[in-house]
This record gives sequence, structure tokens and C-alpha cells, in this order.
Amino acid sequence: MISKNFTTNLYLGSFLILISLIDVTLNSFFKLNFTNFLPGSISFFLPLILGTIGLYLIRSDYTGLKQLDILNKNVNTSNFNAVLTLLIIFLIIKAIPPSMSWMILDANISGDSREACTGTGACWTYIKVWFKRFMYGMYPNELHWRINAAFILVIVLGMAGLLATEKLKKYLALYYVIIYPIIAFLIIYYLISGGAFGLEWVETGAWGGLSLTFIVSFFCLIFCFPLGMIFALGRRSSLPTVRYISIGYIEFWRGVPLITVLFMSSVMFPMFLPEDFFMDKLVRVIIAITLFEAAYCAEVIRGGLQALPRGQYDAAKSLGMGYWKMHIFVILPQALKLVIPGIANTFLALVKDTPLIFVVGLAEIAGMLALAKTNPEWLGFAMEGYIFASIIFWIICYAMSKYSYNLEAKYKTER
Amino acid sequence: MSQPIIKIDNMNKWFGDFQVLKDINLEVEKNKKIVVCGPSGSGKSTLIRCINRLEEHQKGTIVVDGNELSENTKNIEAIRAEVGMVFQQFNLFPHLSILDNCTLAPIWVKKMPKKKAEELALDQLKKVQIDDQAHKFPGQLSGGQQQRCAIARALCMEPKIMLFDEPTSALDPEMIKEVLDAMVTLAKAGMTMIVVTHEMGFAKEVADEVIFMDEGMIVERAETKEFFANPKSDRTKLFLSQIL
Repeated sequence: MISKNFTTNLYLGSFLILISLIDVTLNSFFKLNFTNFLPGSISFFLPLILGTIGLYLIRSDYTGLKQLDILNKNVNTSNFNAVLTLLIIFLIIKAIPPSMSWMILDANISGDSREACTGTGACWTYIKVWFKRFMYGMYPNELHWRINAAFILVIVLGMAGLLATEKLKKYLALYYVIIYPIIAFLIIYYLISGGAFGLEWVETGAWGGLSLTFIVSFFCLIFCFPLGMIFALGRRSSLPTVRYISIGYIEFWRGVPLITVLFMSSVMFPMFLPEDFFMDKLVRVIIAITLFEAAYCAEVIRGGLQALPRGQYDAAKSLGMGYWKMHIFVILPQALKLVIPGIANTFLALVKDTPLIFVVGLAEIAGMLALAKTNPEWLGFAMEGYIFASIIFWIICYAMSKYSYNLEAKYKTER
Repeated sequence: MSQPIIKIDNMNKWFGDFQVLKDINLEVEKNKKIVVCGPSGSGKSTLIRCINRLEEHQKGTIVVDGNELSENTKNIEAIRAEVGMVFQQFNLFPHLSILDNCTLAPIWVKKMPKKKAEELALDQLKKVQIDDQAHKFPGQLSGGQQQRCAIARALCMEPKIMLFDEPTSALDPEMIKEVLDAMVTLAKAGMTMIVVTHEMGFAKEVADEVIFMDEGMIVERAETKEFFANPKSDRTKLFLSQIL
């Protein structure tokens, strides 16, 4: 329990910590230094010294005060940890004013030309002016509705599975693995590309921005997953031919960098094709990324397959199930549930790899930024652009990881 | 004497260089209940796992209900559908409810309509007294309940033969009885059963014959009463003196 001696220590310690925090805060926000009567270096280190002494004084094994015990148990365990904690807190306090003033207080967002950016802070006008380009690339302005419409259609069709009745539930996997990708491809192809139904043709080279990020990620995700599943099963197959083909495939694609794969797909690959055979660059890129990521998916899924106890295979076999029935109804549902975190990891990496398609001349959002920052009228705003792109990517990826947590919770049945 | 439903001739099995089963000869007639006992590592589990080809044998023949076990997978699937098996670790499918565990194979292997399969499953679950748990998941049940569900699941395939691989070894003592009771009921109903177990009480109550195995060989095979009253080989005597 708290002794009288410790109570004194507690008050004194808290006071010292408070002083040190106030000193740093005043210094950081108001450029005030009320210890400037001291020599320079001592004045500089004073908050750290005071804070460390303060934390030392309040350190105790057990006090009965809940918050204090939590503090002592988790951060204030030794002098070294106390110093580190203080340094991190001071760093955050010091970093707030400059970043705030750059991002908000001294920033500009009004106007629509470079001249509007007069302050010392960020120039969000740049993002505002280029916003449509970042979203739709070089796609003609008056046709943007076609991209929006295509995305809405694809999303609506994707959610159609939620409406499936008990009777249709068993066709759901078939729908999502085969039918849905085909329909989505047709929608995107005819609506965004055009060239039919009276829609003006827009070549894929003009596609770009965030919408291209979505298109590439979307198709790569839905195609690489089933493909990865096939190779994961293939690698565990008892048939030597199937096994060696799968191992060869996985090891080949895992062994080459994505950037060279993209390069090959756009530069070398057409040379191997007959002259009259044309395949769009975007399609080639999507196929390349899909094949590449499928190898990673395969290994993640194989991990799940290996985690299942042998008894599950025995039980399924003893009930007379063949290879496919056993895998579809017993093994894969359990294995895929186990690998949700791993698959989410792979998918996040895939989304963040899409900017690499810049090397073959396709400009998704990061690519559009790279183009925009070299525009002579808008030189010098790379920082704003990259922050903008980071925020967009972060939102996409955070949503995906949240969704994967939801899936995990949803399919949690045992134990 | 009726035609044997399982006929094993001169069967040998190796795991790598190690020979687990040596010259096994065994005939089991319909409706007979056989208990297989012996020290651990004697090959009892491997023997019954060979009968539905969860393990492959390398030499000799196994004929189950007139079908010889061979590389022909269609044949093996047909045999497995007729031979039910209950495992030491239950091996229920944790992602499916108890009812779905029982109806999965009848629906997809025997092509039974869903309604009929569910009726059958509830009927079997009632026999082992867990029909009130039908919509729970295996993880929510006790070990004894899980093992009874595993028995019901195997019975839903309406098998001709039931294999039990140490069905009570992974259970708490007070749960053993409920599982054994379910097995006794099944035995009394006339099922052909081969049971690997250390429960000698169960053997005495229902078994027609007891087989004692050691080091991959069948050491002794005798009528139940005879087996316990005057065992012939010394090895059997030693085993019985330790276990009883």
C-alpha cells in the first residue's frame, strides 16, 4: 500500500513530469522558452531530465491506483524505457505544429491556378485542379459517366450474392468464380472501352487514375484467387506430372520480379505472337499480374491445406468422398478460412503493386501523379500529390483489411 | 457357415522399411462383432485402416463384400461408402453443424434428396441421443457427444460394416460409458463390427470373437469366453494379466 513517503514522491514526480510537458509544449507551439536563463544545452535537455526524474519518483511495484499501476507496468518499467517514452511524447508534441501549419493553417485550396498558392503551406489547389485526372486519367471528360456507371453496375452485381435465397446458395461459388468475372469483364469492356452500342471507342492507353487502379486490382484479385487454389492443390497432388508442373509454375513466378514480368508482357510478349494477333496492353498487364500473384496465393493456400489435421482427410475418405468432393466440401472451406489473413496480406500487396504498371505506360493514380508533377505549370507540388495518393491507398487498404477481419469473425465456428 | 464379408489373405504392409503387418489372414462373417486388442504399436489400427484403404497394403489381398481392394479408385469409393468408420479423435467437420456433418455424405455421395437425408440423420442422431444438439457445431459439444455424433454420421451412410478405431481412448472416463452404450445398442441391432479397443468390459459384453495382435501379427483369435477363460499363448496371458 501507499506509504507516506511515496505519496510525497508521487506528488513531486507528477509535478516534475507536468513541468517538462508544459515546457516542451510552450516551446513547440508558442516558441517560448522559460528556461533560457540556463546555459543552452541544459535548457535543451531540461524537460527530459525533469521528466525522467519524475517518472523515477512515481515508479513503484504496486500502489493500488489503477492508472498509475498500468503506467508503471507497461511504460515506466526502467529508466531507459522512461527516457524512450518521454522522447517519443516530446517528438510528437514537436511535430504537431509544423505539420499542422503545412497541411492546414498555411495551406491553400481556393482558386484554380498556380497563382492561388501563395502561402508557405501545402497547395491543395493542385489536387483540386487535377482531381479528375487523378480519378479518371486521360479519359475524355464528357465520358466519365461511363466509368461511373460501369463501376456501379459491377458493385451492384457483386452484391447480388447477398440476396441469394437458400435455394440458390449452392450456386453462389459458381457465380462468383466464373459467371461474375465474365459479366464484370463484359461490362467494363463495353462501357468503358466502348466501340459498340453507339458508344465512342476510347483506347485503354487513355484509361488511368484511380479508376484504372480499381480495374487492374479487381480483375487480378478475382482471377488470381481461383488460379492460386488450383496450383495449391496441384502442388499437393499425388500425380507427379501435376505436382511438378505446379511446383515449376510457383517457383518460376515467385522467382522473378514483377517489374520484369510487366516489361516482358508489354515489350517481349507481342514479338512472340503472330502478326495479326492483337491483345490489348491492359489485358496483357492484367494477365501478367494475375499469373504472378497466383503463385503467391497458391503458397498461402497451401499453408492452410497443410494446417488441417490428417483426420479430416481420413474422415472424408471414410465416408466415400472422392478427391473433388472431399476438397470442395471438407478441406477447402476449412483451409480457406485459415488463410484469410494471409490472403488479405497478398491482396493488399497486389493493390499496392499496381503503380508498377507505370513502367509499361499505363498511368493509374500514382502514375498520373508522376505525370502531373512534371507539368511545367505545376512544378514543385510532388509532396501534396504523394500525400494525396498515400491517403487514397491507405483508405482502400484499410477497408480491405477491415473486411478481412469481418470475414474471419463471420466464419469462426469452432472452439 | 455364411460367406465372409471381409476376407484378408496373407496381407503384408510396410511403412518404409518397417513391416507393420505380417501375413495377416482374417475372415469376418456378416453380423459378427470382432474386438481387436493388443499393445500399442502392434498394428491394430493399421489393420482396420487397411480394410477401407485409408492405408494401402503392399502384399496379399483384401476382399470386402465381394470387391477386392486395388488401385481402382471408383471401386474404393464404393467400398468406403459401405464401410463406416469411427476414429479416436472423432474427426467431425468443425465448419459444419452436427446435422450437416451427418447429411453431407448421404447427399453428395449417395445422391440422397436433402429432405430424406435430414430425416435419416435426425433419426440416427436420436438413436445416439443427441438429436437436440443437431444445429450446434462440433466445437460446442463434449467429447462424448462428438463421438456419438461421429457414430451417427457413419451410420447415415447405411454401411454394412462398421470399423471403430479406439473410439473411447480420447474421452474422459465418465464419457466412455455413453459412447460404449451407443456401440452396444448398435451391436445388438446386428451390425457387423470390428472394434479396436482396450475396453475389455465391452469385449466381454458384445464381442463374438477377440483377436489379440502383437508386433504386426495376429497372435491369437478365439471366441470371447474362451479368450478370457484360457488364453493359449503366453503373450496373451501377459497382456491380459496387465490389462484386467
